[in-house]
Amino acid sequence: MTMTLTEKIFKAHLKDEPFPGTKVLDIDVVMCHEITTPVAINDLIARGKDRVFDPEKIKAVIDHVTPAKDTETAQQGKILRDWARRHNIKDFFDIGKNGVCHAIFPEKGFIRPGYTVIMGDSHTCTHGAFGAFAAGVGTTDLEVGILKGVCAFREPKTICININGKLPEGVYAKDIILKIIKELTVKGATDCVIEFHGDIVKNMSMESRMTLCNMAIEAGGTSGVCMPDETTVDYLWPFISSEYKNKKAALEDFKKWKSDKGCEYMKVIDMDVTGMEPQVTFGYKPDEVKNISEMEGTPVDQIYIGSCTNGRLEDLRIAAQFLKGKKISPNIRGVVSPATPKIFREADAEGIIKIFMDAGFCVTNPTCGACLGMSNGVLAPGEVCASTTNRNFNGRMGKGGMVHLVSPAVAAVTALEGKITDPRKHMKKKFK
Amino acid sequence: MKTFGGKVLFLDRSDINTDEIIPAKYLTEISKEALKTHMIEDLKLEGFNPFSKDVSDAGVIVTRANFGCGSSREHAPWAFEVNGINVVIASGFARIFRQNMFNCGMLAIEVTESVIDKLFEHKDPKTGIKIDFQNNKLMITSKKGKETFDYHISEFDKALVKAGGWVEFADARY
Repeated sequence: MTMTLTEKIFKAHLKDEPFPGTKVLDIDVVMCHEITTPVAINDLIARGKDRVFDPEKIKAVIDHVTPAKDTETAQQGKILRDWARRHNIKDFFDIGKNGVCHAIFPEKGFIRPGYTVIMGDSHTCTHGAFGAFAAGVGTTDLEVGILKGVCAFREPKTICININGKLPEGVYAKDIILKIIKELTVKGATDCVIEFHGDIVKNMSMESRMTLCNMAIEAGGTSGVCMPDETTVDYLWPFISSEYKNKKAALEDFKKWKSDKGCEYMKVIDMDVTGMEPQVTFGYKPDEVKNISEMEGTPVDQIYIGSCTNGRLEDLRIAAQFLKGKKISPNIRGVVSPATPKIFREADAEGIIKIFMDAGFCVTNPTCGACLGMSNGVLAPGEVCASTTNRNFNGRMGKGGMVHLVSPAVAAVTALEGKITDPRKHMKKKFK
Repeated sequence: MKTFGGKVLFLDRSDINTDEIIPAKYLTEISKEALKTHMIEDLKLEGFNPFSKDVSDAGVIVTRANFGCGSSREHAPWAFEVNGINVVIASGFARIFRQNMFNCGMLAIEVTESVIDKLFEHKDPKTGIKIDFQNNKLMITSKKGKETFDYHISEFDKALVKAGGWVEFADARY
């Protein structure tokens, strides 16, 4: 019988089927951050069940507001920190070592093909880039995950998206996923996994694949997923080299986590990216997306480059290409948050941090902060931000503020011009 | 077992996200009670006043498609819970929000768009809905009269509500 990757992962992890259609899975990695976990911890304590199913399989980070901005956020950090110590959770990343959860956990090699992953965070779908089933959950699911190592799901259907053609210069994974969300709408993938296939995905870095999978939730998707291949092996090699005699053996093993030819998809979408423009959101929903030619000239007040969507080294490199030797518009505030300390260090070593600072950007520590209007770049009412993040909801980056979701390239040139600008115009000047 | 129902708050819009239900700036609160006064304060809906009596009196929400999309924050159902709302009826839910409701022992009832349209015909501040949990029926009462509709929730979701939530269910079973 042919199966999708998700069906294979469900079969391999099935612990219980308490009712037809409900599958309780064993979970390989339970990830925790300081916003959604403390309530779970306190509830476990109140129930007299302050235990963890397996400290090795629990990963924790303080990332949403860090360093703490007030007493409340300091308390949230403390609850998570004390709990991690109490239960000997070694993979806990505190100030100085912390980064945005969906950037730092893959970077540490915690996610492998075929894994089941949950976190009290909707962008957990990012980790499907490794051929895993990775789903965002609420605090109660997280609490049961921590205590029992299980989580219940309706088995999702799969949407297959074949991305082919010739990707134009100045167009990136972010533009592709925005266009896909426009097509699927914000509910088009509800209770579905989105599989990304095609030559464009095959040629993508793990970073770009994570950008694709990261925004599956914006179409309602349970997880985004890419098939593991040589790129996956190369990325994970430092963490798996002792487990396999060579990369070929690892690839052979990983290949069992692929959808079979002829498997049953709910829907197949063929997408040709040839001639595609950079994409920009306009309203307050991530499926409200336009070609940049329709959005050019829109004035903005702030640029934000960072987050679990586009705060990785590849993203900073792209932005820096456009910013090198230039100054951002005097009317613009530029904020960049490299998503992890490793990314920060590498960007520094490559001179990218200097490029940002010389251009007039404020470089902040790794944190989720501004993306959801919690800290480090909150908008005032009436202000507009062009942001490399994932949500343009009303008030998302600050009450009364407006967000245009863009790629790092669009963010960088928009910073230079003070209004939404097509990066390809700057490329002609600079790269010809 | 607890009862489900009360006065109805009609939210006539699709795709209401959890940032609108409870903005992220309140996620620093560790107690559910602290969320009480901030429920749906950022909701983008013409003429809507989040601080009105219709909101504070409500026990049930009736709304449109894809309710609860976006962030996984369980603070959204908690904000409803501390405001005495334990039922949301919609023509569709985002997966995480729907599961969070049942995980907390609350009801996320999905009905067809045409049933939602019929419920909206009863829109009035005094309209009430009662849930017959045992028989999967919802009864709406307004100036217009009474109507009863069948609904369906999965056996698992029903078991979660009976157990009082997912922690209770999982703890007894695994």
